Amino acid sequence: MSENMKAVPLPRRYFTPAVIVIAAIAVVGLLFVLARLIFGIGAVTNLSNEFPWGIWIGIDVAAGVALAAGGFTTAALGHIMHKEEYHLITRPALLTAMLGYTFVAAGVGIDLGRYYYIWHPIIMWNGNSALFEVGMCVMIYLTVLYIEFLPIVTERFIGRVNLPGFLKKFNNSIDKLLRILDKGLDKTMFIFIIAGVVLSCLHQSSLGTLMIIAGEKMHPLWQTPVLPLLFLLSAMSVGFPMVIFESYLTSKSFNLKPETHIMSNLGSMVAPLLGIYLSFKIGDMVIRQTFVYLTEFNTASIMFVIEIVIGIVVPLRLFLSPQIQKSPLGLSIAAFLVIFGVFLNRVNSFIVAYTPPYIFENYFPSIGEIFVTAGFIALEILLFRAFVMIFPIVSVPQHSGTKAKFSIRSV
Amino acid sequence: MVDESRRKFLKTTALVGAGITGLSTKTVKAGPKNILDENRMGVLVDTTVCIGCRKCEWACKTAHDLPTQPLDTYEDRSVFEKMRRPDDKALTVVNEYAARETEQFPLNVKVQCMHCDRPACVSACIVGAISKEENGSVIWDTDKCIGCRYCMVACPFQIPAFEFEKAWHPEIRKCDFCFERTKEGKLPACVEICPMEVLTYGTRKSLIERAHQKISLYPDRYVNHVYGQYEVGGTSWLYLASRDFAELQFPKLGTNPAPGVSEAIQHGIFAYFVPPIALYALLGGVMWINKKKAESNKDKEVHHE
Repeated sequence: MSENMKAVPLPRRYFTPAVIVIAAIAVVGLLFVLARLIFGIGAVTNLSNEFPWGIWIGIDVAAGVALAAGGFTTAALGHIMHKEEYHLITRPALLTAMLGYTFVAAGVGIDLGRYYYIWHPIIMWNGNSALFEVGMCVMIYLTVLYIEFLPIVTERFIGRVNLPGFLKKFNNSIDKLLRILDKGLDKTMFIFIIAGVVLSCLHQSSLGTLMIIAGEKMHPLWQTPVLPLLFLLSAMSVGFPMVIFESYLTSKSFNLKPETHIMSNLGSMVAPLLGIYLSFKIGDMVIRQTFVYLTEFNTASIMFVIEIVIGIVVPLRLFLSPQIQKSPLGLSIAAFLVIFGVFLNRVNSFIVAYTPPYIFENYFPSIGEIFVTAGFIALEILLFRAFVMIFPIVSVPQHSGTKAKFSIRSV
Repeated sequence: MVDESRRKFLKTTALVGAGITGLSTKTVKAGPKNILDENRMGVLVDTTVCIGCRKCEWACKTAHDLPTQPLDTYEDRSVFEKMRRPDDKALTVVNEYAARETEQFPLNVKVQCMHCDRPACVSACIVGAISKEENGSVIWDTDKCIGCRYCMVACPFQIPAFEFEKAWHPEIRKCDFCFERTKEGKLPACVEICPMEVLTYGTRKSLIERAHQKISLYPDRYVNHVYGQYEVGGTSWLYLASRDFAELQFPKLGTNPAPGVSEAIQHGIFAYFVPPIALYALLGGVMWINKKKAESNKDKEVHHE
């Protein structure tokens, strides 16, 4: 089936009513970013000395990194395990990861009190700090993602460089440059692909180490020395669901036939991964005997139960069902639940579980914080749509049967 | 002669021994600067003699160029109605806890940075902007800080404060143990002004001795607990009190250093970069084998056709 699939730009009208709504959210979000830059963090957020981190870290950064895991999981499957039938999903997953991490960086940027010092960790090292490790890994991984994306850019423009006006005379030399770049990348890409997987494993887990130092300030239902392992396992199990869900949305939005075959193949791998994650999560709870906290009826215990039942147990059951395996809608609902579960886990770990010794006022995100977070997600969707229309990302059936990478260039 | 060479020998062995232990504990300690000095200073706070005059609050603000009302306004005791915490505008505050039936006076407790021996903030800081100095103080470097507020997340005493209302160059603010003053041989501002000698400045070692002496001399006056001696691996500031520290809203903490687990994991994952490099090699090998396999499969298919 994948024989005659080829990634092509999807030329469509950019603005639809839904896209206009999303664009409006993005604009409001950017206005709040502007307000934060002019008036400071205190003016826009509900953060305080009691709650120094809010949803910009909990959602934009922690959940953002987890939900961009589709990039490294599909890279591992398609390139390292060398399963060629999955090659057509690596590009959408790569694009999601690239945009996702770009907005993780943006989220960190506006949350930093001194965003103009964001480069400091590059030269000022503290090897003891989990945050230093996360920061460095994310920086390097973001660069790796951009490099991994370059071949898509060269594929799009080789033989088609057509600059307007006086820039015309550069057309030839830019084309040559792209060809050299393409050749070099083709030979060295495996280095970056492996590096991407290694870096992902490192910082996905270190993101869990981050909250360990908070010690008693983190609710015992979540505070455990195996946090890094739980974070890595959950990131691994949310990677394919992200790809399934996104592939479904893209097919709906661009009126394509959903890739049922690949989606259900991916789906069959989710259940074991989720199962491992669940067993570690329950095992940790049993060993540390934290289940006693579940008998208390409060925000923490409710959120924990929702996270486990709706976010892990239900989708695990769904992914094991043969009917669901065959239905794109069923698969994407199950996938959405996994995404929701991991998202909630990150929000719980960074925000709900955080209970400092002295609290004057509980934290709830302000309108500004919510709009900035929503605005960044909206921008990500807008950019995804634009990239899919400009670059060869999504694979569609080809009748000519020209699969070779260089065939288009001779045109 | 013999004696001297013997002494020399002992000295070198001691040095080598110290070097080895230094090396082996290096991974546990938060940064190379933090080999703790034997004679690091501390303050012993005897909360049983504090009268809540809050002169220390005034002295602290004055010493750190923070805006303050004149000293006589500090006599207003209505501030004690609410529990207060140190923030970016007041690096130390005094709280009051009502007297119990058997007691004549209320209890006053001064709060500020505890200056931990193994500070969580120092371990956490992404750029190493916070350091534990030889004299015991934990201080913050404005030239490095990027304002990520991870120190605030890490601190078990909830001490570092951030200037949230500042759009440009906000600072992390906390008690710096009057680092600039003690460097010149002066006392910390709060210790100097205290009229009741609540605060005793001295080497941490001598203060611990003194605290236990006080407890054994007046067992009715104090609970048998020097808060800060063992909490989170020990702090430079130590407290004596007449009732359980939990009643005075001191956080109940274990004796393990706050950064211990996190640093152990961190160094486990990054032990001389071996695990990441091993993972890289493993994945590379798997990738190569799978590629070969795929290629040979293709060749076979071609032959079949």
